[in-house]
Amino acid sequence: MSETVIKTDKLTKRFGDFVAVDEITFEVSKGEIFGFLGANGAGKTTAMRMLCCLSVPTSGQATVAGYNVYKQPDEVKKNIGYMSQKFSLYDDLTVKENIMFYGGIYGLPTKVIKDKTEELIDKLGLHNEADKLVQSLPLGWKQKLSFSVAIVHQPKIVFLDEPTGGVDPSMRRQFWDLIYEAAHNGITIFVSTHYLDEAEYCNRVSIMVDGKIKALDTPEQLRKTYRASSIEEVFYKLAKGALRAE
Amino acid sequence: METITLQHITKTYNKKTVLAVDDISFAVNKGEIFGLIGPDGAGKSSIFRILTTLLLPDSGTATVAGLDVVKDFKAIRGIVGYMPGRFSLYQDLTVEENLSFFATVFNTSIAENYELIKDIYVQLEPFKDRRAGKLSGGMKQKLALCCALIHKPEVLFLDEPTTGVDVISRKEFWDMLKRLKEQGITILVSTSYMDEATLCDRIGLILNGKLLSVASPADTIKAYPEQLFAVKSTSIYNLLLDLRVYAGTINCYTFGEYLHLSIKGKEEDAVQYLKDKGHKELRFKKIEPTVEDCFINLLKIENERDSHKDG
Repeated sequence: MSETVIKTDKLTKRFGDFVAVDEITFEVSKGEIFGFLGANGAGKTTAMRMLCCLSVPTSGQATVAGYNVYKQPDEVKKNIGYMSQKFSLYDDLTVKENIMFYGGIYGLPTKVIKDKTEELIDKLGLHNEADKLVQSLPLGWKQKLSFSVAIVHQPKIVFLDEPTGGVDPSMRRQFWDLIYEAAHNGITIFVSTHYLDEAEYCNRVSIMVDGKIKALDTPEQLRKTYRASSIEEVFYKLAKGALRAE
Repeated sequence: METITLQHITKTYNKKTVLAVDDISFAVNKGEIFGLIGPDGAGKSSIFRILTTLLLPDSGTATVAGLDVVKDFKAIRGIVGYMPGRFSLYQDLTVEENLSFFATVFNTSIAENYELIKDIYVQLEPFKDRRAGKLSGGMKQKLALCCALIHKPEVLFLDEPTTGVDVISRKEFWDMLKRLKEQGITILVSTSYMDEATLCDRIGLILNGKLLSVASPADTIKAYPEQLFAVKSTSIYNLLLDLRVYAGTINCYTFGEYLHLSIKGKEEDAVQYLKDKGHKELRFKKIEPTVEDCFINLLKIENERDSHKDG
């Protein structure tokens, strides 16, 4: 039996009368690529923020990387990486400075930061850009760099909140090559996306509707259960009945 | 009749060091939905801003409804609707206030053109007293479309209207565009979602400021040069690694639950190679390419041309 790295039990978040996340229960195993899907407003970001200890749950339980989100938020934060499309890198720092900054934030020793910085620049082929400001990089490179920075401290889990919007289809696939590689090296990937073809690359996929997890299975099994030819169709069948006007 | 024309339009930024639009020419017919398909940074927004008279091109000429984008800018502004990529309504005005503001600016009223926006606005009406800044992504997008339509424009410019919006709202949005087209409105729309390309009458694939192809979705697909295969086995990641080093592989990449593969040489040889590599439950079938495959292929040709230049 593989190790469980995320476990939630009836995890709930209310804002006043509004139940943003409604008793979600699931587990994610080590090294798994877990797709976290849902329409706008379904509660994905709120759920992710609770798992990253950026928001305190109203009720229910959750452990992330073996730590309790209520009692050990600092331990959780040390063992996870986080990347979202909206915010990740500092535009007015150079490529090198960004890597060093995040290495420092995650508490890596100076020597390790130095080695890691060179290793990453090498791997991403950014030699000519290492001393340029991040704002001058094309979006696709920025995304690859922010992913690499999010896992610079070898976290157990990395949370990706819509990481690939707006780039060309081949860049999107290069990004997924990095995801596959990280998963292959034992990092658990927890990813939300609006590109439903990407859901097919996940080991398992959950679909949230109105704050609840409506379906959770392998892509193949989901297609079978809902007699659909793609995850997009499954998603459409489940989410079109959503009550919540997003 | 051509409602939008561009001839050799070029635009640079930052004292000519950044080439955003590189000698682009194309035309959009009256009543057509024309899609500009390409990634962030391809030059799509610059083209929109030039056509809506918000930006001057360095060189080239362009017309909208027969009017010149430089000389006749005032006349153009009265007859086009523009939905910019970034949400640009007034966040601290309510839904209804935003709409009547835009109607007033164009010397009209909500009542006068209500027919045109009715289908969309009924979905917003329950929230009409809510401030625009408090709306969700899909609702903001619907309001922005209403505001762009309220003066009954002849031509509609929609710059990435569906970015960051879920698949259900995207579908609804495209249904709305279809209905607007039926009313004779010409629509130029940009997107980075390749699956939306098939909903356009014609598409231009754009990358690094250059148009790579202009054709109907069906003709774009017909122009794909090779036979394409969909392949899968129990381990898709190992399959990808194995096919990347296979001598006969022209291109191989993930595509939903399958890999898409183009090869030189015989299909049987590739199948045998994969069987020898120990792949189980191997599926290997001929398929029709999608617009996304066409785009990936054109990208590959572009990159190879660039690396030839460098070498």
